[in-house]
Amino acid sequence: MELVTGVLEERKDFIRYDREGCGGSGIRCDTNSVSGAVSQRACVYCGARVVLNPITDAFHIVHGPIGCASYTWDIRGSLSSGEEIYRNSFSTDLREQDVIFGGEKKLTKAIEEVIEKYSPKLIFVYATCIVGVIGDDVNAVCKSMSEKYHINVIPVKSPGFSGNKSVGYKMACNALMELIKGNLATKKQVGVNILGDFNLAGEIWIIKEYLRKIGIPVISTFTGDSSYESLIKAPTATLNIVQCAGSSTYLANRMEEELGIPYIKVSFFGIEDTTNSLIRIAEAMGNEKAKEKAVAFTREETARLEHFLSQYKKRLMGKKAAIYVGGGFKAISLIRQFHSLGMETVVVGTQTGKKDDYEVIESIVKKDTIILDDANPAELETFMKEKGADILVGGVKERPLAYKLGIAFCDHNHERKHPLAGFEGVINFTKEINESMNSPVWEYIHELEEE
Amino acid sequence: MLDYTTKEIKPREALRVNPAKTCQPVGAMYAALGVHKCLPHSHGSQGCCAFHRMFLTRHFKDPAMASSSSFTEGASVFGGGSNLKTAAKNIFDIYKPDIIAVHTTCLSETIGDDLNAIIQDIDIPEGKYMVHTNTPSYKGSHITGFSNMVSGFIHYLAKSTGKKNGKVTIIPGFTNPGDMREMKKIASLMKVPFIVLPDTSGVMDSPMTGTFTMYPAGGTKVEDIIELGDTNLTIALGELTSESPAETLKKKCNVPYKTLPLPIGVAETDAYVMALQEFSSEEVPYELEEERGQLVDIMIDIHPYTYNKTCAIYGDPDTVLGIAEFVLELGMIPKYIVTGTPGILFETRAKELYAKYGVEDYKAKEAGDLFLLHQWIKNEKVDLLIGGTHGKHIARAEDIPLVRAGFPIIDRYIHSYMPIVGYKGAMRLAELICNAILDRKDRDDAEEDFEMVL
Repeated sequence: MELVTGVLEERKDFIRYDREGCGGSGIRCDTNSVSGAVSQRACVYCGARVVLNPITDAFHIVHGPIGCASYTWDIRGSLSSGEEIYRNSFSTDLREQDVIFGGEKKLTKAIEEVIEKYSPKLIFVYATCIVGVIGDDVNAVCKSMSEKYHINVIPVKSPGFSGNKSVGYKMACNALMELIKGNLATKKQVGVNILGDFNLAGEIWIIKEYLRKIGIPVISTFTGDSSYESLIKAPTATLNIVQCAGSSTYLANRMEEELGIPYIKVSFFGIEDTTNSLIRIAEAMGNEKAKEKAVAFTREETARLEHFLSQYKKRLMGKKAAIYVGGGFKAISLIRQFHSLGMETVVVGTQTGKKDDYEVIESIVKKDTIILDDANPAELETFMKEKGADILVGGVKERPLAYKLGIAFCDHNHERKHPLAGFEGVINFTKEINESMNSPVWEYIHELEEE
Repeated sequence: MLDYTTKEIKPREALRVNPAKTCQPVGAMYAALGVHKCLPHSHGSQGCCAFHRMFLTRHFKDPAMASSSSFTEGASVFGGGSNLKTAAKNIFDIYKPDIIAVHTTCLSETIGDDLNAIIQDIDIPEGKYMVHTNTPSYKGSHITGFSNMVSGFIHYLAKSTGKKNGKVTIIPGFTNPGDMREMKKIASLMKVPFIVLPDTSGVMDSPMTGTFTMYPAGGTKVEDIIELGDTNLTIALGELTSESPAETLKKKCNVPYKTLPLPIGVAETDAYVMALQEFSSEEVPYELEEERGQLVDIMIDIHPYTYNKTCAIYGDPDTVLGIAEFVLELGMIPKYIVTGTPGILFETRAKELYAKYGVEDYKAKEAGDLFLLHQWIKNEKVDLLIGGTHGKHIARAEDIPLVRAGFPIIDRYIHSYMPIVGYKGAMRLAELICNAILDRKDRDDAEEDFEMVL
């Protein structure tokens, strides 16, 4: 296959063009970005922060120069039904003096200033890039503060260079395990923990409501709309359901091994996945009654959506979609969702997809669909143009790119402004992609193209 | 969210809460985007680059292109030299910029990468350029980074041939593309030949063309940066941002400079126009006279509503000082001004400014944060907040209207296209301020006081 312009030689293995037959996924993924690439990828700290950030009553102290705290200050639409403290930005704002003489004293003081001001129950301390290099022992500081003040001060090992965003997810999961295991509740109760849902635009409330309807209690949520008190109850649950598999499978595995809680992967994006997930949760709980309720509920909801979707299908049928999201599981859900709307996915990429995700993706898209790992803007542009995509689903960095290309856009990331999960989400998603694709503003682009 | 903010102010030694600044590299990236066909390059972990691009994109609503050395564990132990070499090759091969502008990060600074040496070792293709600046994140702020990157371009590229070119170097400070356009417009009207460095107009406010170009039409051209060495004068707009690069040009090529505050409001725009006039000896054209007259007319129209209103202004030092002066011209009292950027000069300049207008009851703070500002407001409220998006939590908690100006604004649109500098920019700022005050009045007025005509 000829090399498409705009693609680095070193990047060829990360892209899958037209494939012959159905060999296993040969795409390279889950590695670091190439030096010099305009990668869309974030770092370990970013990964750790996004997982832990939604814990509503936690104090997130970023130990490092100010940037890491500034860039992550209240930028995720994770909603809270209680505390709002997590929406503030706390940092040690390390200065040159601290870099020369070490930042441990400043960190200790910063933690004490938080304790003095707020009487917190839970503090996370993020170790950023330079903290290890200047030799601060963040673990020791956290340990001594925990002991001195009898609260949970938990270190998050997240120097940016120590891997990619996925490693950060792991570090966050380790911090969560440290919290749970340090406060081990023992008495089991029937119910599930929801893992990998960050309550963007209030999505976890929708899923909790579904589970309530089919009679499955929710014990704890990771980490959307969670709190110290809710998190430490997690060990009492009988099942974990994992939504954002990319960020939370590792946590699920650890909880299975160390706390004996089995897990299943679920997705609430699209009718098909929402329906299957609810039924599978009931099955995994061994609750026949819940399963019946789930079948009835999802059938009802699906029927309710039928008319709505048939109206929109007329406008969406035959349009082409490009997907560029964080995790592989979400990409899979989106491909299915587009399919159900009569749309074809022509380009699909993820930032942190794993080999088995890419295998599933290959099995559900057409032979000539472009599959990308850790794509850069030039690649996205090349392939979206080549394939004539009508809409891109992505995150904050992709929006202006899509617009510049005259392509409609849907934010399926932190900046979603309404829930995209569950049956409500199907309505919102369909409306949103229709509104963006069929807006009259694109007429002016077509004019430009005709010139 | 701010329920915990206490009225009682205890000094904090270590904890930064709700910052009014960010780190150097993002400023350097923004400055580098203001050079034509330049790819900013972040020498550090890939996260830095992703964060900065996201941060700029959120403010400008335009793509911000930049590459990263993508440090790994290995690089952080053995140094990032080989990463940068690989990066340079990849970048020139595939993204084909005219110039790569490297800035460092806290990581590469701390491990001690010597960028001068590394770059000297790189095989740069014929006719292409590679420059760098040091932007340790633990010093200064994004403003310092912007300033350092501008100096970096000058340091590497500006050359003096010994023959002056009759032009003026204009350093626009950390401002929006809309501001830079206004500064250029005024210089053109004053018939002054100029080179602006950096110039993000036409890059971060580029028009819709239906195609994505990695390098939009705008930005200072490399040959123009080289030519800076032959300019007759530098006008550095914004002392705390632009004086240091002006000094670099003076040292390197002996170009004298004149430092002015950002041209925000009547007096400082006048000062900018006068400086240009001094150079060109041209009459101020009617077009500018007219704009100035309109601005004063507007200020008279709205003075019953602005007089003695108090406000708090936060953000970048030169912008905050500029807006503070303009609101003083409007008869308002900028009771609190805060910048996150460290540097005592901010407080010194503030003191002079307040003295000029005879205002004694004020607080000004360098290296402050929005938590402190909120505490001040809790002790004594103001009528208006002026600054970037991050003040919206205070605005909500204290029910104070917020006028968005400065950087970053991540919850509104169009701001980056519109100026706050020049007479036109002041008109816009006056409109934003007056509307905020009157909208609040309409909202709060009792039924019997609610009026059609204001």
